[in-house]
Amino acid sequence: MLDRLSSKREIRLLVYGSSLAFFFLLVLLPPLTGVLLRLEQATEIFSNAELAARAQSAIVWSFAIATLVSMLDLGAALPMAWLIARRRGAWRDSLDTLVDIPFIIPTVALGFSSLLFWGQAGGMLGSRSVFQPGLTLVLLLHFAFSYPVVVRVLVGEFQTYQRTYEVVARTLGASPFTAVRTVTLPILKPGLVAAFLLAFARSLSETGATVMVAGAFENGPVFIKNAKDAGFQGPLVFVSTVLILSSVLVFALISIVGRRFKLPLRRVWPSLETRLSSPSSVASRDAVTLIVFLLFVVAPSLFIVLPGVQAIFDGTLGMALNRTGPWSQYWNSIALSYTIGLAATLLNVLAGLPLALLIARVRVGGSITAAIDALVNVPIIIPSIALGVSLSFFWGSFGSLPEFWVLILSHTTITYTYFVRAVAAAVQGMPTELEDAARTLGARPLTVFRRITAPIIKYSLLAGAIMVFTRAIDETGAAVAVSRELKTAPVLLVDWVRGTVAVTASERALGIGFLVITSFATLLVLRLIARRV
Amino acid sequence: MPSVRLVDVTKRFGEVEAIDDVSFQVVDGEYLCVLGPTGSGKTTLLRLIAGLTRPDQGKIYIDGKLVNEIDPEDRNAVYVPQQYALFPHMTALGNVAFGPLSRGRSRQRALKTAQTMLDMMRLGSRVGAFPQELSGGMQQRVALARGLASDSKLLLLDEPLGALDARLRVELRYQLSKLAREAGLTVLHVTHDQEEALSVADRVLVLRSGRIQQAGTPFNIYNNPQSIFVADFVGGSNFLEGIVRERGRDGSTVELREGYKVRVRDVSHLLQERVVVAVRLESVHVRAHSEFNPNELPGEILSRVFLGAFVRYDVGLDSGDMIASRVFFRHSPELFDAGRRVVVDFSPEDATVYTYPYIGISRELEVI
Repeated sequence: MLDRLSSKREIRLLVYGSSLAFFFLLVLLPPLTGVLLRLEQATEIFSNAELAARAQSAIVWSFAIATLVSMLDLGAALPMAWLIARRRGAWRDSLDTLVDIPFIIPTVALGFSSLLFWGQAGGMLGSRSVFQPGLTLVLLLHFAFSYPVVVRVLVGEFQTYQRTYEVVARTLGASPFTAVRTVTLPILKPGLVAAFLLAFARSLSETGATVMVAGAFENGPVFIKNAKDAGFQGPLVFVSTVLILSSVLVFALISIVGRRFKLPLRRVWPSLETRLSSPSSVASRDAVTLIVFLLFVVAPSLFIVLPGVQAIFDGTLGMALNRTGPWSQYWNSIALSYTIGLAATLLNVLAGLPLALLIARVRVGGSITAAIDALVNVPIIIPSIALGVSLSFFWGSFGSLPEFWVLILSHTTITYTYFVRAVAAAVQGMPTELEDAARTLGARPLTVFRRITAPIIKYSLLAGAIMVFTRAIDETGAAVAVSRELKTAPVLLVDWVRGTVAVTASERALGIGFLVITSFATLLVLRLIARRV
Repeated sequence: MPSVRLVDVTKRFGEVEAIDDVSFQVVDGEYLCVLGPTGSGKTTLLRLIAGLTRPDQGKIYIDGKLVNEIDPEDRNAVYVPQQYALFPHMTALGNVAFGPLSRGRSRQRALKTAQTMLDMMRLGSRVGAFPQELSGGMQQRVALARGLASDSKLLLLDEPLGALDARLRVELRYQLSKLAREAGLTVLHVTHDQEEALSVADRVLVLRSGRIQQAGTPFNIYNNPQSIFVADFVGGSNFLEGIVRERGRDGSTVELREGYKVRVRDVSHLLQERVVVAVRLESVHVRAHSEFNPNELPGEILSRVFLGAFVRYDVGLDSGDMIASRVFFRHSPELFDAGRRVVVDFSPEDATVYTYPYIGISRELEVI
């Protein structure tokens, strides 16, 4: 019945049309117009010189940190991706899994874990603190959570890369190092740029964990959070607007410059590069890579386990399970987070699927498709707290909309990109002939999708949905900006760690620990389901 | 019963006319090969008939019914792309049952039909295998079974042998036409390989830049090419430029460059008309000395290539033209080395004459 309907041109127009309408009206329009509604307040900031200076430095620091961290990540992740993509052995698989740890742990937990590891007494490196909360800690934190993104992208690039080019370069007399530097990396340049952009976006956007480790230091998101807590409307609007505009601009710029930019290849230093390819150089490079990875990524991420386990034995666990003290609110927040995550996932899957197919398959005209394709990235380009500020103004102007729904809509916007991207990429990678052949065998468009396209791209469908769900649960920036009464789990935990709510150290550790465990458990369940289907 | 008719069909992609005012008909049970170089619009032609692309102008009929506005799933024309597009996530049985299931048959009936078809293709024992576990020949048979099971009698094959290695390609070529004929299918088979087209088709349609150059039986296409493009693309030819100087009842005399003259049987061209004389490679003989045959032309061997059963000579004629000859190795009394003075000749019956193309010979022969 539905299959038959899908042959009708009007029905197809309706499905694609509503998905486009959803994207433009509910995803794209609110964040871009929200700040405009309050634009006249933005000028307030110029009457307060001190605030203006703070705002300016926060914005500059945001971009400076994102640039520096992304470059460091690229440098550190390249040899790691190489290890994972090219070596064989059991340890390779464990490395592969370990790399994802900062990815799986919610960023607020990562922030708290880093804070304990680097900053507080009892840290692994002895009894005194290594770093106070501030710029250095923010840099270390951002390095850690962007690292897996870069490694993942690069591993993917290395694995799909035609190694023949490299082999040919070797037979023409290039040492392994030279071959990779002059042949492989230039060919993979689009991947390098993509990895850089993703790390850049994450660093620019992250809020919850940054707030925890920032101390008195402010970048864009921290400034917005502080301004919101202090009730400074003007600065809030000003910095959000500037962040929204500049992030879109900077991304467009990097994409264009990245395409033009050529890796300098003027010279080859045969003897030096041959020495760099020698077994001993490779071994020391591997060692440095592993040490950097273990010390700056794995250890700070997993450090939370220690205080978490302590908290289980000091009686805090009992209180938590009995919902006494702050715990009643805690469990409510967890439930709220998961409800919102589910709702956002459902909405994005339903609304995003037709759009993904549109991007991948329907030729409405090359430039229009390309424009939609680029616009889909907007929600992850804009720092999520600025986006949240804008959304709260936009939905706030519909006075009667309950906060719960505003939260759902904001989380939907923030996570919209992931599902569409994953599915569009998968469909583009699938030969059209399969669908064409199926149609001529008598299958209607919906049958083709159900029986051919969906089963073939099922892994990406699930991966996209899982990504949306975990991102939604993990989101702090937008949630902080939007929330008034209701607090999602990450928002509540930021308050706990910042000390605005009276909780003990043990309770903090356990609260964060639970979040990590539930996240792990959900991911595990989702992946098992993914494997079954 | 399936027949296909195209009337004045045009399809543009932007500025490019992929298919330019094409009309032709395929009759029921016919095996038609569409032969053309890369970019000639072959695939577009198939996609138009399958309904995967809509024409900008013209009408397409299947079984006498206008299908311009009909979706691919309702046309009963099975499109088989290069490498067959077997669904990788389904077994051979699942692939073949896909058509009947999509057309609303019960699962039981669909599976039964699929089994029957696979048995017919001698694949009864491999029903549970996934496409990637099957050999190229088996995959081809699954693709055919899948088409048959969907109740369609019209098969659209897009370079069905293109992805195979040379030996297998020749073997499967005959299997394909044999099975299609046994099953009573009407087939449109698209290829750029002239040998393939000539050997399997009932009729060949030569396509170039979206236009039909010539249609006819393989014998007819090879022996009576109507343009120098077809003469060159199907079988290969030598082309000598000249001007008609004499015209009698039993033939004409064409003057080549430097005053050399050849006799041809053709009488259809006017006196003083600029023409091209085409001669197949195997019609050109190479001899050490003149034997007072008609159309003898002196020249020098430029190169000799050994081709197994044949030897190919490239000869630079004293007229300034080039001529190539392909002779049976076993029939040639002696082998000539490069640099050797020789005399080539061909009989007037073996020469075909065309009007000189206004864009020049080399442009006329370009494949794109």
